[in-house]
Amino acid sequence: MKFSDFVAVDAIRSDVDADTKQGVIREMAESLVEAGKIAPAELESIVKAIMKREDLGSTGIGRGVAVPHTKHPSVDRLVGTVAVSRKGIDFESLDGEPVQLFFLLVSPPDRPGDHLRALENISRQLRDDGFCRRLKAAQTPTEIGDLLEEADSHGFVS
Amino acid sequence: MIQETVSREVVVGIREGLHARPADQLAREARKWQSRIEFVGSGQRADGKSILELLTLAAEAGTRLVVEATGPDAREAVEAIGGLFARNFADPAGSTEHT
Repeated sequence: MKFSDFVAVDAIRSDVDADTKQGVIREMAESLVEAGKIAPAELESIVKAIMKREDLGSTGIGRGVAVPHTKHPSVDRLVGTVAVSRKGIDFESLDGEPVQLFFLLVSPPDRPGDHLRALENISRQLRDDGFCRRLKAAQTPTEIGDLLEEADSHGFVS
Repeated sequence: MIQETVSREVVVGIREGLHARPADQLAREARKWQSRIEFVGSGQRADGKSILELLTLAAEAGTRLVVEATGPDAREAVEAIGGLFARNFADPAGSTEHT
């Protein structure tokens, strides 16, 4: 699976305002509403479901990366977006590092395979330090989109 | 210090595969041990103490992996990790929900 298979380019944010876990999750979910990927009426329910998932254990996977996510019946395909926080947000990650890079995923309840493959793609690409660093340093959503596209076509995978 | 290598095959029994939450549980368990712990499967090798690395395995239900520990507590580590797979990552406190 590629980034372009699930990342809504119009919903990418290069400098989130939020400085809390809930804040960044809400900001990202709102950006998906603005991009027309999730229905406005479902916003609260989706934010709540993602926070409920976080209560079970942080989705901070290390290296300053987090993958907040949920299943939700209102989507018929996997949708996601990417956000960068300049200052980093405490996400209670296993390695204790503040999170700067967020991949938010909302998937249909009956497609666990797609979700697993999106996680695989994210983690595989982010294993590359250079890619990770360049994403965190990106100044605009377009720059982030270009980096994802570059990863899709060439792969930063060594 | 004895540097022993112990390995064992484990099978992913979680219906939804080794997704974020079980990967987190697995990395937390692996970090309890001094030994280096790696998972081998699908032609790949992943550091068992890194959630990010574990997710690169994209191990679906039924996937066979080999857990390999090297270090002074390798045997105990493999035992504990095998236990986690055997009880299908169920929280001993009772919750079996996976999201």
